[in-house]
Amino acid sequence: MLRYILQRLLLIPVLLFLFSVMVFALVQAPPGDYLTSYIATLSSSGSSLDQAEIEALKAQFGLDQPVYIQYVRWIQSLLRGKLGLSLEYQRPNVELIAERIGLTLVLALSAFVFTWIVAIPLGIYSATHRNTLLDYLTTVLNYIGVATPNFMLALILMWWAYSQFGLSVTGLFSREFEQAPWSFAKVIDLLKHIWVPMIVIGMAGTARLTRVMRANLLDELNKPYMTSGRARGLSEWQLVMKYPVRLAINPLASTIGWYLPEIFSGSLIVATVMNLQNIGPLLLRSLINQDMYLAGSILLIYCFLAIIGTLLSDILLAWLDPRIRMEKT
Amino acid sequence: MAGVEPNLAQPEDTHLPQDRESESAALPIPPEEQTGVGESLLPATQDEERISVASNWTLVWWRFRKNKLALISTAILLFLVLIVLMPEFFATVDPEETDARLAFIPVQGIHWLDEGRLKPWVPGVAGKRDPVTLRMIWTTDESQKIYVRFFAPGFSYKFLGLIETDRHLIGTVDSGQASQVYLLGTDRLGRDQWSRLAYATRISMTIGMASVILSVVLGLLLGGISGYFGGWPDMVIQRTIELLQSLPVIPIWLALTAALPRTWSPEKVFFAITIILALRGWTTLAREVRGRFLSLREEDFVLAAELSGASQARIILVHMIPTFTSHIIATSTLAIPVMIVTETSLSFLGLGMRPPAISWGVMLQEAQNIQTLALAPWLLTPGLVVIVAVLIFNLVGDGLRDAADPYSH
Repeated sequence: MLRYILQRLLLIPVLLFLFSVMVFALVQAPPGDYLTSYIATLSSSGSSLDQAEIEALKAQFGLDQPVYIQYVRWIQSLLRGKLGLSLEYQRPNVELIAERIGLTLVLALSAFVFTWIVAIPLGIYSATHRNTLLDYLTTVLNYIGVATPNFMLALILMWWAYSQFGLSVTGLFSREFEQAPWSFAKVIDLLKHIWVPMIVIGMAGTARLTRVMRANLLDELNKPYMTSGRARGLSEWQLVMKYPVRLAINPLASTIGWYLPEIFSGSLIVATVMNLQNIGPLLLRSLINQDMYLAGSILLIYCFLAIIGTLLSDILLAWLDPRIRMEKT
Repeated sequence: MAGVEPNLAQPEDTHLPQDRESESAALPIPPEEQTGVGESLLPATQDEERISVASNWTLVWWRFRKNKLALISTAILLFLVLIVLMPEFFATVDPEETDARLAFIPVQGIHWLDEGRLKPWVPGVAGKRDPVTLRMIWTTDESQKIYVRFFAPGFSYKFLGLIETDRHLIGTVDSGQASQVYLLGTDRLGRDQWSRLAYATRISMTIGMASVILSVVLGLLLGGISGYFGGWPDMVIQRTIELLQSLPVIPIWLALTAALPRTWSPEKVFFAITIILALRGWTTLAREVRGRFLSLREEDFVLAAELSGASQARIILVHMIPTFTSHIIATSTLAIPVMIVTETSLSFLGLGMRPPAISWGVMLQEAQNIQTLALAPWLLTPGLVVIVAVLIFNLVGDGLRDAADPYSH
């Protein structure tokens, strides 16, 4: 087990290196760079930079160097824990990201917890009360839940809350807390706001997991050990919860591998629509403005989160299921 | 698909029933189920005979049509494909026609009856400028009836790109009022939502299907190489798949589409996005194809074909692939909605298709502002179409998967 985890941990730097090359190539790919778009913005507002200033800025950001040197410099600063300077905000990227990474994690994890808390009981109910009204309703809702893009759900909820109650469900904080330092009151305010985005982000996953749980449990419910349990006089509740549910949850652990990364990156679009202060909108803005070091750093963070998500699920699976543990070590 | 029809003379078909029997030892249901299909759908006398001679595709179809939900979804899907083929026919006006004075006209519902007779009409709209906000306020006027009819003349276009015509699905009886019918209202620039939706359906659906077709080609090719030949190509391909699958999808797609030059024409962007979507789409399919190849490689019918001197290409194309074609079709049907949602999301964020191209996501860009939405909720209709499209693709795909693969449960 330990060896297996170590092997996986050793793989992380390799993956991160490959991803960093890929990411750098990506943010480097668009024609022009931050300076050209900056100059374009300046000239559209009437002012301009003279050639000397442009050269100075180029040298400052290393934009006059060949691509591979830019990459090496970026990696060097990454290894020193610096993520470079945002060309647009003129602030260290570490600061910009640190402000938002906490909220990114809180948002994604709360959506994740929401999914499991809702999907498992719903799946159990659906499977044990097969072909009842509530089961059909769950199935219909699951199909619609999977079919609705999460930004669409966000739009519908925002529109509904605004037109019915004049409420704005965007953002994660009330206006007075937005810039305020962290305090108990701010946390309470966050809790008041976070549930709408949490449901929006978690919905598609909830729908899918409910279906998986229902199908898994249905498979188990037909097994002979159920009959034998009943024959021994176990109550239905005890019987279902003690054996088939435990077996049916097991494969769900493998969904974490794709589901956690999906929540992280899926929250990106919702965050943009609902104006949530996580790293999603920051990435979008930096991509559009060709703020390449910021974009690159955020992309790498997403890659890192994806790797961690997969790793966690693999370890969890190996821990839960001795067959996998044996096979892999 | 003619070559796919199992013919008892070919080795792989003698294999199929055997394979089924051996599998059905563990699963007692399938043989009964197959007879069950026949019994419920055919006169009892011809039953046995028809099942024993039915090709694999006929069996799939019999199983598929038992699923009513999937059948209804297929009908809706065919209708959407019809719109994809000829959006001009469904549009009432030119989708690019803008008139800022006609902005945010609400939905005019079609009334089918007029004084007890079937004579469809839409109520006229009258605009008044709000003295405070200077915004046009539209009211529908039920007393002013604009009669509409089917196959009415309108702007001329080439039907299926071939025949010049000016007929449209719906239009005004009095051709002078052509632009007065806004079945789904208008947007910020006074463009007709209904007509734009027809064109958007073409682009969004085509992107979804094209990228899946590309994924299938790549998946078959690379998955086939990986599974059939094994060795180092298998290693390289499997590691590539693992690498691609551990990438965070949406951020990477955003970065890729953001890298597309702003100056590109809509056609170029269209192809680029199709390729970008397929870049990861093929991995799932390649894995499945590889798995199938690995298990099929050991089968007797492949050995038989080899001994009969069939070339490798022939073994793969004629003998191996047909045994899992239905499965590929089901999997790719289920992949289309994912592509559609991704394209819509990217375009919605302004990084996918861009105006003047019209796609569902491009249309939804107009619905980003919540105040505008409160004023003109009909701007959300493209989103509803997305949901419906994804839903029916999923239902058809599920139906196909169950029909193609009765042993999956």
